[in-house]
Amino acid sequence: MSSPAKETLSVKLPNLVGYWSEFRGQWRVKIAVSSLLPVLRSLRNDAGFNQLTDLTCVDHLELAGATDRFELVYVLLNIESGERVIVKTFVNEPDLKVPSVTSIWFGADWLEREVYDMYGITFDGHPNFKRLLLPEGFASFPLRKDYPQQGRGERHNFPVITRAES
Amino acid sequence: MASEVNKQLGDNIFLTKLDAAASWARANSLWPMPFATACCGIELMSAAASRHDLSRFGSEVMRFSPRQCDLMIVAGRVVMKMLPVLQRIWLQMPEPKWCISMGACACSGGVFDTYAVVQGIDRFIPVDVYVPGCPPRPEQLIRSIIDLQEMIQAGGTFNAREFKRRDTPEGPDRFDEDELLRIRERNGLKLASPKYDPIH
Repeated sequence: MSSPAKETLSVKLPNLVGYWSEFRGQWRVKIAVSSLLPVLRSLRNDAGFNQLTDLTCVDHLELAGATDRFELVYVLLNIESGERVIVKTFVNEPDLKVPSVTSIWFGADWLEREVYDMYGITFDGHPNFKRLLLPEGFASFPLRKDYPQQGRGERHNFPVITRAES
Repeated sequence: MASEVNKQLGDNIFLTKLDAAASWARANSLWPMPFATACCGIELMSAAASRHDLSRFGSEVMRFSPRQCDLMIVAGRVVMKMLPVLQRIWLQMPEPKWCISMGACACSGGVFDTYAVVQGIDRFIPVDVYVPGCPPRPEQLIRSIIDLQEMIQAGGTFNAREFKRRDTPEGPDRFDEDELLRIRERNGLKLASPKYDPIH
């Protein structure tokens, strides 16, 4: 059995098909960062994946067997057919730049800002690229595995208002 | 003196200290400012609603403007992005003012020992009464308000600050007349008696 998305992609972009795998009816594809934008645009325009359900990231730091550190996960849905496909790509530490997909699905706006907020991955071509949840002055990226759970003192770094001053 | 007055007027008048009268009035007309960020806020609403009826204790007038309140009830966890807001609201409240830290999260951070959650608001603003619980029942909040009322009545004037004599006026700086004279001198407009000369 093959995925309709894979067949469409092998017709439209035969040299950018990527590595496909299947688990209990769910199709995943791993592609390079350089082919991310053409593959996603083709999945949207030719295969009908008109919704970006989720965009998130996984930190594989010190995971046994992992070759790359950050794994970006795009969960796509074809609303008409109900078909889903998961597109994965990998980035590593010095070069954490990924092209923004806001030109394909505008709903990626806040998703990409959240991924930047938590993992520090920057998205080129984003219309309003800044932190989403954490305050502007926050220096770290808290969902990275090398960030301590109790933080680096951000929660204690405030002036103290005493009874005499207020 | 007091017995003479009593003889004349009976029970129609009683004498006390101004501090005690002011504290009595304040303790029984608390205006809470609900700073409800989480599930403790639901219990706070329940305490004010008809079943538990906080108004029996003279503190039912919840106001959502800090300028009109004198009791801040922090109900729920406060994250690091919210703390500057909390401090600003606390500073906007007029004196005298008190603070109740309601629930485990406001008191100590609770189970949320993470980078984002402040580990107890008393690290950054003054707190008068702590209410334990996760969340505390409305009865506990009412108990804390009764305790706070006793505290206010026993404590006299709060810090004695609001009745303190103020020698220097508080407000914007006064108009500096000498500055006008200096400007005139710089422009070569020296007058015979500049001190009492009208401006133009």
